[in-house]
Amino acid sequence: MSSLIDAPDVGSNRPPLSVSELSHALKRTVEDAFGFVRVRGEISQPKVAASGHCYLRLKDENAVLDGIIWRGTMGKLGLKIEEGMEVIASGKVTTYPGRSSYQIIIESVELAGVGALLKLLEERRKKLAAEGLFDAARKKPLPDLPTVIGVVTSPTGAVIRDILHRIADRFPRHVLLWPVKVQGDGAADEVAAAIEGFNSLKPGGAIPRPDVLIVARGGGSLEDLWAFNEEIVVRAAAASAIPLISAVGHETDTTLIDHAADRRAPTPTAAAEMAVPVRLDLIANIGQRATRLTQAIARMLEEHRIHLQGLVRGIPRLDVIVAEKEQALDALSERLALGPRQLIAAKAQDLKLLTARLNLDRFKLDIARSATDLASFAWRMAQAATRALRDVGTRVEGVTARLESVSPQRVLERGYAMVMKGERVLSTAAGADAGAALKVQFADGGVDVRVEGAAAPKPTTKKREPGAGSQGSLF
Amino acid sequence: MAKADTADDISKLGFEDAMRELEDIVRRLESGQVKLDDAVKAYERGAALRKHCEAKLADAKMKVEKITGGGKGTAPVDVES
Repeated sequence: MSSLIDAPDVGSNRPPLSVSELSHALKRTVEDAFGFVRVRGEISQPKVAASGHCYLRLKDENAVLDGIIWRGTMGKLGLKIEEGMEVIASGKVTTYPGRSSYQIIIESVELAGVGALLKLLEERRKKLAAEGLFDAARKKPLPDLPTVIGVVTSPTGAVIRDILHRIADRFPRHVLLWPVKVQGDGAADEVAAAIEGFNSLKPGGAIPRPDVLIVARGGGSLEDLWAFNEEIVVRAAAASAIPLISAVGHETDTTLIDHAADRRAPTPTAAAEMAVPVRLDLIANIGQRATRLTQAIARMLEEHRIHLQGLVRGIPRLDVIVAEKEQALDALSERLALGPRQLIAAKAQDLKLLTARLNLDRFKLDIARSATDLASFAWRMAQAATRALRDVGTRVEGVTARLESVSPQRVLERGYAMVMKGERVLSTAAGADAGAALKVQFADGGVDVRVEGAAAPKPTTKKREPGAGSQGSLF
Repeated sequence: MAKADTADDISKLGFEDAMRELEDIVRRLESGQVKLDDAVKAYERGAALRKHCEAKLADAKMKVEKITGGGKGTAPVDVES
């Protein structure tokens, strides 16, 4: 067969190959040369066909390789194929003669490097944390003393053995093991179903419902533990109404179920320790409490007894009490007898003081002083009045003398006469027309006269007729 | 009569509740702030609680079963070694 290719003569008369012959020869060559390869690349356009086979492409910067994961292989991968995943795919390269193409049949896929896996893990952790699945408020306390313990783990291996041994050592209990695959194809589904299955058991049912669950797996690589990072497992653990302890891998391994569990144990053995207390400790604890209980009641009784004794001793003698009362009565009686007499004496003293204060001498002195003042005021008033009257008299005499000196009668007595026209005094010649009837008034009486001549111009030198001149100047 | 009621009520208590109550009674008695009549009653209850707890602890049998049929039944498991 290889002679077909390795034929030394490359002559033109070489018998032609059919397409199928060449294709199959190529297929054998490729499969022989690349029977098992590990290829690193990025997953591109993964598609699961109706048949269940997964078709995808692996690519890097410069090349693309078609790949197939058969249906039967899919479940065993342990991880979900996703676009853009950087993976190392293991398998064999083969050709597909029907399309003149070659492809890799992938047997297993691992994430390329722990870094990529951790990145995926971190993203998933963030997403689930954002949903609140890891909230501290969701954590339930473990029972102090469970009656039934549910264990979800592999039925074989050290893990279940360690757990059972530790439980038996501490406090033999009823353990229900729900056997599951803890790695590989379908492991996550089985673990999730077991957690849900335990939760669906009814209290008092044919199978007793556990008081606490342990989900455990031994140590392994990140990929080995991957089932416990799957969402379905994390969600089942978070939703578990039964308090759940996770114990996956070693202390340094942290899987997402650890975040969702109510408690995380570093090892399966530690999980058993969390689940059950040490029976002997409890017995000792109860014994201690019983002792304290007995001592407390005994001490209390003793205290009451001592108190009672003290009270009895403290009760005073009756005759002493009576004697004291009698003495008090005597004292009161004495005060009762003395009381009124003392009161009267005190009131008498008060009265004496008041009387002393009620003295009239002070008022007499006041009256005498007032009388003196009054006499003084009267004299000064009389003096003032006399002086005032004298002054007034003097002034009246003066005025009277002056008044008399200007009286018209006096003037007439001195020889002057007054001419009257009717009731008015005629003081100028102008008023004395010819024929006018006038009256001349003398000191001792009046005479009616008639004017004969007319009034002449005013002759200052000429002797005037009586009553014809101006007389006003006389005043 | 009252004693029968008390005993009945205690038998329904879980282990941890019984332990808590026992501790509570012990503390109260130790504080000395209890009337004598009440103290005697508390002591009696404490003694009953202790008995109850001890009975719970006495029930210490290891039994291991395997869930079969996806939760339909159980089968014994040998826990040797």
